[in-house]
Amino acid sequence: MQELLNECSNPQLGKKLLAKVQESAAEFKKRYGRRPAIMEVCGSHTHALAETGIKKVLKDDVNLISGPGCPVCVTDQKSIDAMIKLADGPDRIICTFGDMVRVPGTERSLLEAKTEGKDIRIVYTPTDAVKIARENPEKEVIFLGIGFETTIPILAVALQEALQQDVGNFSMWMTTKLVEPILRALLDAKETNIDGFLLPGHVSIVLGKNGYRYLAEEYRIPGVIAGFESVEMLSSIYKLIRQLLEGRAEIENDYSFVVTDEGNPVAKALIEKFFEPVDEPWRGIGVIPKSGMDIKDEYARFNAKKRFQITVGEPRKTKCRCGEIIRGLVTPEECPLFGKACTPLKPIGPCMVSAEGTCAAHYQYMRED
Amino acid sequence: MAERISLAHGDGGELAHRLIADVFVRAFGHTEEARFDAALCSVPSGKIAVTTDSFVVKPAFFPGGNIGKLAVAGTVNDLAVSGAVPLYLTAGFMIEEGFKIKDLKEIVQTMAAEAEKANVRIIAGDTKVVEKGSIDGIYINTTGVGYYADGKLPVNPAEMEPGDAIIVNGTIGDHGVAVLAARGELGITTELPSDCASLNGLIQSVLSETDGVRIMRDPTRGGLATTLVEIAEDFKATLEIEEELVPVRPEVQGACDILGYDPLYLANEGKVIFIVKKGEEERVLQLLRKHELGKNAAVIGRVANREKGQLHLRTALGSTRRLHRLSGMMLPRIC
Amino acid sequence: MCVGVPAKVIEKHEYSAVVDVMGSQITVGIIFVPEVEVGDYVIVHAGQAMSIIDEENAKLSIEEWRRLADARTSQ
Repeated sequence: MQELLNECSNPQLGKKLLAKVQESAAEFKKRYGRRPAIMEVCGSHTHALAETGIKKVLKDDVNLISGPGCPVCVTDQKSIDAMIKLADGPDRIICTFGDMVRVPGTERSLLEAKTEGKDIRIVYTPTDAVKIARENPEKEVIFLGIGFETTIPILAVALQEALQQDVGNFSMWMTTKLVEPILRALLDAKETNIDGFLLPGHVSIVLGKNGYRYLAEEYRIPGVIAGFESVEMLSSIYKLIRQLLEGRAEIENDYSFVVTDEGNPVAKALIEKFFEPVDEPWRGIGVIPKSGMDIKDEYARFNAKKRFQITVGEPRKTKCRCGEIIRGLVTPEECPLFGKACTPLKPIGPCMVSAEGTCAAHYQYMRED
Repeated sequence: MAERISLAHGDGGELAHRLIADVFVRAFGHTEEARFDAALCSVPSGKIAVTTDSFVVKPAFFPGGNIGKLAVAGTVNDLAVSGAVPLYLTAGFMIEEGFKIKDLKEIVQTMAAEAEKANVRIIAGDTKVVEKGSIDGIYINTTGVGYYADGKLPVNPAEMEPGDAIIVNGTIGDHGVAVLAARGELGITTELPSDCASLNGLIQSVLSETDGVRIMRDPTRGGLATTLVEIAEDFKATLEIEEELVPVRPEVQGACDILGYDPLYLANEGKVIFIVKKGEEERVLQLLRKHELGKNAAVIGRVANREKGQLHLRTALGSTRRLHRLSGMMLPRIC
Repeated sequence: MCVGVPAKVIEKHEYSAVVDVMGSQITVGIIFVPEVEVGDYVIVHAGQAMSIIDEENAKLSIEEWRRLADARTSQ
C-alpha cells in the first residue's frame, strides 16, 4: 500500500500529467481566448498547489483561484475578537488548534494574550481539551471550534466525550462553516467567473460525492473531488479541463480510494446529534443563512456562547482585502498591505496567518522578490 | 548527599562547595583551575575565536542526548563552523530549586564525556540556584574558545561562485522531531534520536584535506532553510536546492505530515552545511562519508549566481519557489 | 481546509488505534471507522481516523492516472 501512496506524488508521473494539463489548457485558451478558471475551495489545496510548485508552473495556463477554504480566513473579525476576549475571564484555559494562535484580533492575538500570562494551549485534537478540563476541575476550559465539515464531526466527538464523562467545566465556542452554502453564495453572486471546482478531498470524506450534485444539476458547473498530492491534484485539474472542453458538467470522484458516494454515516449522525445549522457571518461576505453549525439547545451547557457573556466592539477598519481575496475577486498582490505591512510574522488579515491562507501560501511560495 | 538541589546549594557555603567538588570537579577533572577565580590557560599563537550560547531545551532529557550534551556540542559546533579549532569551554548553570541531583550528575557527566569526545576542556564554571517556579529545571550557558591553526580563517566565502556545491552531512530535522516527541504534548511518538553531536572532528577531517570550502554554517534553530537564507543574504549569493536531494528520514517526514510542519525549518544539532568549490564536491563527500557523522552526506544544491541573495527550492515537479526565513514559531495546524 | 494524512493502523483498541506515518506514531480515535483492522491505512485528521483507504480503488486510480499521462494527444 505504501508504494501505491508513493505513486500519488511520483514526480515522473506528475510531470507527464502536468504536460497533459498544459496541453488541454492550451486547447481551452485557443477556443475561448482565456485561461480556464478553476477554484479550489480547500486551504490544504491552496497550500499544496503552492508548495508543490503547481500553481506557479501553471500560472500562464490555468487561472487557479483560491476560494473560501481556510476556516481561519473566512471567520469574520468580530468572531475572532470574541474568541480572543474569552481568554480575559478569570480561571480560564483556552484550548485551540495551532491555526488560530496568531490570528490578529482588533486589539491583540491569542499569542499576545498568552504572552500577557493567559493560559492558552495548543492541542492537536479537541478531545485533548476535554482531558485538560478533567485535569483542571477548578478552571473553565473552552475549546475554539473552527473548521469545515471534516472537522465538525471531530468537534462532536469531543462533546460526546464531555457528555459521557459529565465534564461540567468544558465548553466550546463554535464558528464552523459549511461548504454548500458558500459555494451557492459565490455562484449566486456571479462576481467571479468560475468554470469548475477542485473539490475538497477531506471534506468529501464526510459529505460523499453525492453531496455536490447541486453544482452539476442546478448550476451546470463541473467539479472533481481531489486528493492533495501532486499527481492527484494534476489529474483532477486535467479531468476538469477535459469536462470543460467536452461541454460536460459532472461531479467526478478522483479520490475514490478515500471518498465514497454517500460520505461517512457515523460522522453525519454525530453532527446531527449535537449541532444544528445557524446563520454565520463570513469575512468580507456577510451573513449567509444556515452556513454554519452550532450546538443544539439541549446541549447548551457545552456552548461557550451561552455560558459566557462576551461583548466586542466594531472591528477596526484596515485596508486588508481578505474578503475579496477569498471570493477570488483580487489576488494577494492587489492588496496594498501584502508583503509590506502584512507578513506572516505580523499579519493584518487572517489570509496571511493560516499556513493555508491564500496570502500566506502566496507569501511563502509564490513571492519572487 | 541530598537528593535535590536547594537554595543553599547556590549560596557559596558548605553545600555549594560540596556540590562543586562532588559533581563538577569530579566530572570535569579541573582541580588545578578550580583553585583560582579564573582559569589560566594557554593558546597557541595567532587568532582566537570566542563564542557563547545558552541552552534552555525542554525537556532537559530527550532521546539521543540531554541539555548537557547540547551545551557542549552546540558551542563546539559554533567554533568549528567558524573554522576554528575548539580548545576550551566554560559552563554556567542556572538550576531550579528542587532539581534532582541525580539528574544534574547525569547532565554534568554527559558534558564531560562529550567534551572528551570533542577534545575540548571545560575549564571554568558557575552555579546559581533560583527559587522553584522561576525557571524550568535547568539552563546552561557555555562559552567556547578556539584558535586558528594558521592564524587565519580556513574558509573564504568571498570566492563563492556559480556552480559551487551545497553539501549537508546528513538527514535534517532529526533534533526537532526528537524533542517534539519527547515533550509528549502533541501525542507524536517516535524512536528517532536527536542528531546532537560535536562536529569539530568531522569538519577538521574535511578542512585538513581540501582548501575548497567557501563557508560552513550549522543549521540549528530555524532549520536548513533559514540558515541557507542567511548565507544567501550575507554573501549576496542566490542558492538553489533540490527538494529531492535533501536527506530527510521517513519518520521526520511522517511527523511533519501529521502536524503540518516542514522539515526544512526543523532544528538540527549535529548538522553542518558546506558550500564548496565546484569540482571539489566528490572529494568532500568522500571525506564526510568516511566519518560516522557524515554517512548520509549529500550534495543538495548549487550556488546559482552572485546577484540577488535568495534561496530557491526546485520542487520534485521541476517548478521552483523561493524559500524565506522561518516566520515566527512553527505551529501545528489541522486546517 | 483540512490536513489529512495517510497512516497505517498498527494497534487497535476499543475506541482508539495507534497509527504509523513512516515511523512516527500517534494515537487516534476510530469512531468514524469502527470496522478498521490492523494493517489498514486510514486518513487521519485532527486526531481521528476519518476514512479507510481502499487498496483496490487506489490501484485503479493509479492505473487510470498512468493511462491519462501516457495517452496520445487527444483529438
